[in-house]
Amino acid sequence: MSAGSKKRILKEYGECMNDTPSGMKINFDEQNMTEWEVLMDGPEQSVYAGGHFKLKITFPIEYPFKPPVVSFKTKIYHPNVSNDEKGSMCLGMLRPEAWKPPNKVVSVLHLIQTLLIEPNSDDSIEPSIATEYKDNRKEFEKTAKDWVKRYAK
Amino acid sequence: MDSDDEFNSSQGSEDEFMNDQDSDVSIGDADDGEFLVLRPKKSVNKFRWLDSDIDIDEGDGGFESQDKDIKSSKHSYEVDFTVYSPEQIQEHQNSQIGEVGNILGQPPEATAILLRHARWNKERLIESYMDRTEEVLESAGLGESASDPPKIEKIKGFACDICCEDEPGLESFAMKCGHRFCVDCYKHYLQTKIKDEGEAARIRCPGDGCNRIVDSKSLDFLVSDNLKDRYQELLTRTYVDDKDNLRWCPAPNCEFAVECGVKDKELAKIVPTVHCDCGHFFCFGCSLTDHQPAPCSLVKKWLKKCEDDSETANWISANTKECPKCHSTIEKNGGCNHMTCRKCRHEFCWMCMGIWSEHGTSWYNCNRFEEKSGSEARDAQAKSRQSLERYLHYYNRYANHEQSAKLDKDIYLKTEKKMSQLQISTGMSWIEVQFLESASQALQQCRQTLKWTYAFAYYLARNNQTEIFEDNQKDLEMAVENLSEMFEKPIDQLESLKVEMMDKTAYCNKRRIILLNDTAENLKSSNWEFNVVLS
Repeated sequence: MSAGSKKRILKEYGECMNDTPSGMKINFDEQNMTEWEVLMDGPEQSVYAGGHFKLKITFPIEYPFKPPVVSFKTKIYHPNVSNDEKGSMCLGMLRPEAWKPPNKVVSVLHLIQTLLIEPNSDDSIEPSIATEYKDNRKEFEKTAKDWVKRYAK
Repeated sequence: MDSDDEFNSSQGSEDEFMNDQDSDVSIGDADDGEFLVLRPKKSVNKFRWLDSDIDIDEGDGGFESQDKDIKSSKHSYEVDFTVYSPEQIQEHQNSQIGEVGNILGQPPEATAILLRHARWNKERLIESYMDRTEEVLESAGLGESASDPPKIEKIKGFACDICCEDEPGLESFAMKCGHRFCVDCYKHYLQTKIKDEGEAARIRCPGDGCNRIVDSKSLDFLVSDNLKDRYQELLTRTYVDDKDNLRWCPAPNCEFAVECGVKDKELAKIVPTVHCDCGHFFCFGCSLTDHQPAPCSLVKKWLKKCEDDSETANWISANTKECPKCHSTIEKNGGCNHMTCRKCRHEFCWMCMGIWSEHGTSWYNCNRFEEKSGSEARDAQAKSRQSLERYLHYYNRYANHEQSAKLDKDIYLKTEKKMSQLQISTGMSWIEVQFLESASQALQQCRQTLKWTYAFAYYLARNNQTEIFEDNQKDLEMAVENLSEMFEKPIDQLESLKVEMMDKTAYCNKRRIILLNDTAENLKSSNWEFNVVLS
């Protein structure tokens, strides 16, 4: 990892500390600054309210020329989060061809929060959950809340 | 002459009469009179053969003497095409950029971006540009033009938004959109896009949300020479990919592209085989190795079927029988001939397929072949297995030619080694032993054609034309096998066989042309009926 990348990550961490998005806590380890642990509260107006989600943000060696990788360590029932042990997310600015080097992690964090409030069923990683979200919202909300109780307390 | 008689005898029937009107059936009555020539009125003369090497001596009296209206000796199965080198493709791009740039009044870099954005459709670009200039520029990533040409600058108080560097005297670069980054980051960004992601024509400004395309002039400021070469290569690649009438030769390491006017929607009527300057014959429609006479969609179906079915079908055919009552496929895995179908509980004898109760006490020893129930059951079985057997019939012949072509090549390679010995021992010159080379090439090419005739035949429904096709197929096959056999003769006999071998080579080539002409003409005028839909 180049000095430029390190400098950039440190600067971004500083910015996040000064203005942490609401309901989030970032655990930063100076020895291993390419992996951030983020604790995110389910937004009040979403079905995930009351849940506490642990996420990992990994910065690739080529950062900021390649996008950071987001994964949910806490299981979550969501059309845009893969339902496996990776819990990966791959949409919008997180896609390699859409990522631009000046983009910042803090916008990634905002994007995740927005998606928790309003999932994007048109660009889903779990098509069956997306279909349910579109066609049977009640059932979707029930399962999502159930998972919050089971995994995210 | 068989075909002649048949034609005369069936002439009175209504079908034949209708057919006659549609397709101008005439009997091949020139010096090569063994076959029927079915030539549709309209199909002649549409193509002209360009490749001058092949123009010289494909003397085929049977066709040429009749085709007085065709100037060149191009065959019905051949299509027009031109082969281009990478340099020529580059020139093409440049001349189009120049031409369109003059019309639009845009500098070459911008014109190139516009053309790439319009996927090299000149007419559409010019039209839309004239109608909605701003919109077109914006969507091609050329919007909001400022007057200053882009250059590398040192600006006071500049901090790079990518690496967060802000030391004084930092070199920075921005395109006309004004998104400024330090030169190192800009370079790194371009390198990642070109090297890692293989992008060229659609690299955007690194600025957040900016859609401006990085033009080649800006690229020149920032990128090393070998990366520029790679960029140019990628641009040329997208040019060929974007043009419907251009296609890369799929042969390994070949750098040529071929231009051909055959459109996708014509592929049910034409099999456009082209011949690259590297020697590779391939189909312009699907880029697979030459598969005449079978049209692309049949080839696709056939390959898929072979992939899925052939091994399974072979195994089923060799190891199983069907229950005479419910037609379930049964594998016998024990020694006893008394079978009870798991599904319908029918009891029968594995050997004769007859009902078991008729066997009386002669268990484990079936000697009742003549019994009526047994032979009926076998007949029924035969019928239900027919489609499987039919497929295997064609598949085995298809696979055999593929295999034989490989073996022929092996033998040739061995022969080639001994050729130099032959030259020394007999005093023949290099040019005099070339007949083996042409014989080998003829074999390869004919086997390739034969191989695909079997895939073609599998999907062919019987009609008046199929018999001629099968005769042509049989004649070509016999010619090929004869020639192939001579190849296996010991090396010391080859000299005395030279003349015969050259004759047989010529005959093979001729039979192949006859077959391909017949199939191509009938395909073009929709005389073939297929048991699947051509897409």
